[in-house]
Amino acid sequence: MADIKYLKGKEPHAREKRLIFRNVDREGWDTSIDRCLKEGGYEQTKKALKMEPQAVTNEVKGSGLRGRGGAGFPTGVKWGFIPPKNTKPVYLICNADESEPGTFKDRYILHQDPHQLIEGMIISCFAVGAHLAYIYVREEFPKAAQILEKAIAEAHEKGFLGKDIQGSGFDLEIYVHRGAGAYICGEETGLIESLEGKRPYPRIKPPYFPAALGLYMSPTIVNNVETLCHVKHILEMGGEEYAKLGTPRNTGTRILCVSGDVQKPGYYEVEVGKLTFGELLNDVCGGLLPGRKLKAVIPGGSSAKVLRADERFKIKKGDDEVEIGVEDIPMDFDTLMACGSMAGSGGVIVMDDSRSMSWVLNNINNFYAHESCGQCTPCREGSLWMKKITDRIEAGAGMPSDVDTLASVAKNIDGRTICAFGEASSWPTSSFVAKFRDELVAATDEGNATKPSNKEQVAQQRYLAEEPVA
Amino acid sequence: MDIPAELETKINEAISHYPVSKRSAVLPVLHLLQHHFGFVSGDGVTYTAEKLGLEPINVLEVVTFYPGFRQSAPGKYHIRVCRTLSCAMSGSHELMEKLCSEAGIDRSTVTHHDPVAVSKDGKYSIEFAECLAGCGFGPVCLVNDEFHEKVEPTKAKELLDQYS
Repeated sequence: MADIKYLKGKEPHAREKRLIFRNVDREGWDTSIDRCLKEGGYEQTKKALKMEPQAVTNEVKGSGLRGRGGAGFPTGVKWGFIPPKNTKPVYLICNADESEPGTFKDRYILHQDPHQLIEGMIISCFAVGAHLAYIYVREEFPKAAQILEKAIAEAHEKGFLGKDIQGSGFDLEIYVHRGAGAYICGEETGLIESLEGKRPYPRIKPPYFPAALGLYMSPTIVNNVETLCHVKHILEMGGEEYAKLGTPRNTGTRILCVSGDVQKPGYYEVEVGKLTFGELLNDVCGGLLPGRKLKAVIPGGSSAKVLRADERFKIKKGDDEVEIGVEDIPMDFDTLMACGSMAGSGGVIVMDDSRSMSWVLNNINNFYAHESCGQCTPCREGSLWMKKITDRIEAGAGMPSDVDTLASVAKNIDGRTICAFGEASSWPTSSFVAKFRDELVAATDEGNATKPSNKEQVAQQRYLAEEPVA
Repeated sequence: MDIPAELETKINEAISHYPVSKRSAVLPVLHLLQHHFGFVSGDGVTYTAEKLGLEPINVLEVVTFYPGFRQSAPGKYHIRVCRTLSCAMSGSHELMEKLCSEAGIDRSTVTHHDPVAVSKDGKYSIEFAECLAGCGFGPVCLVNDEFHEKVEPTKAKELLDQYS
């Protein structure tokens, strides 16, 4: 990395290990295929096309790569779910619907290094036997869609897409498909419905596991942008070598997106689990704003459960159980899960002691109420009620019992919906109530219970009052 | 509905990207119509349905679901301000107020189903958007296809002046 110069003020931090973001903010870099070919672009494509598809999959399996979109599911295993006796066409979809609040990594790959993604997709398509692939890019990235379309045309021209790629006999077409501003399209079965031209109502699993019954009821692999980019590097390094990056079971690098109350918010590509939250916050991000204390952190996008600054967690270290604080948590998949939250999409939102937790929860609830697709009743109604209750608390009209009602609504969504949006929308509320109960209760007033809460009740009280009120 | 030849070519090209099912082209065709006409009209829905061999309701249900499709005309410059957590923490709600007062937009009439407010002169329109994926550099907003980072409320006028 020594010979790569980055734009002034945008140099990577010393703790970073740039694989996917190697060319992001790089001096003299552009999105043309010629620039990319000068740096060994598409070499891994050529290499893969000479291998057996199964051998490519085996490298990915051996690398231990886990999906970077949110669930952290092993990518090679996902690919292996395509039924062995399948006779239908196989499709691959790149999920570029980046919309988890707090996450902003794919934006830079799409805008600054589109050929890395296309190369990752070609290799992945070859491995799973797909001849038609789509990049589902969110509507709010109009420039990215244009850049990708240009990059695809260039790759066509150079013979990396189309018929008989590089004389291998392998055919592949990739098209860009633009979403239209719905968060639920990030859910893979919702995305597939959307790509079929319908409302993105997620499908029930089983039976609609995309790897068996996906796009047009054919086997379909849906992978995140960052995940597909990693495939290229796995091939370059070899699965075994790649697995040495990061920590066991949490291999490779991943991009952490830090936002909120820190000195230097931004994107940082680090080896998974090699950095604790405290190091990320204080070392990489320059700490909190002057005079502020850490209050809470959402470690993996707004759907992840919030962690309170003074919480203690018991986690397994080897055969021993150790107690750690928030700042000691390594930012990997397994530890964050053991701490009751998740690594999710890598969006870390930091909140200091100036933030009101009822305001934060209200903002999050507004998001989920807006984005619920409306298919399942508990989620459609529940997300809206959670929003209405926190709206009321924020307006100063909340009652102490509202906090219990919130927890009860959240509990009744969790696990009762077709897709994981139910959990995503209820976990913020359930975790905020569990961890900041006193603060939420303090934001309410017992007296509000007897006050009229709407115009009709005000009129009623006036009518029933013994003395006319001025 | 008068579809210019150039637009028709683009629409046919988009449909060709979906060799398995023409219905998949609903979103791309609607995007092309919205890009040209500013919004998706009733005629646009009928046209799309006829073009793709669907019932109009199959198209209308898509238009009404996705926040990315508008059913009324926006201003010449359409602004989308991110409303979600990280941007809100860095002042996107204040930015919204500033932009509205600078551009002369009244947002008191917007509803969940009709979230776009247009300035009296039709130059600007504005709406809140959910997370635009620029969380580290908020407040962020989109003006037509252009993305803007770190638009502090004090920079509202500066932003509008770039589009006049």
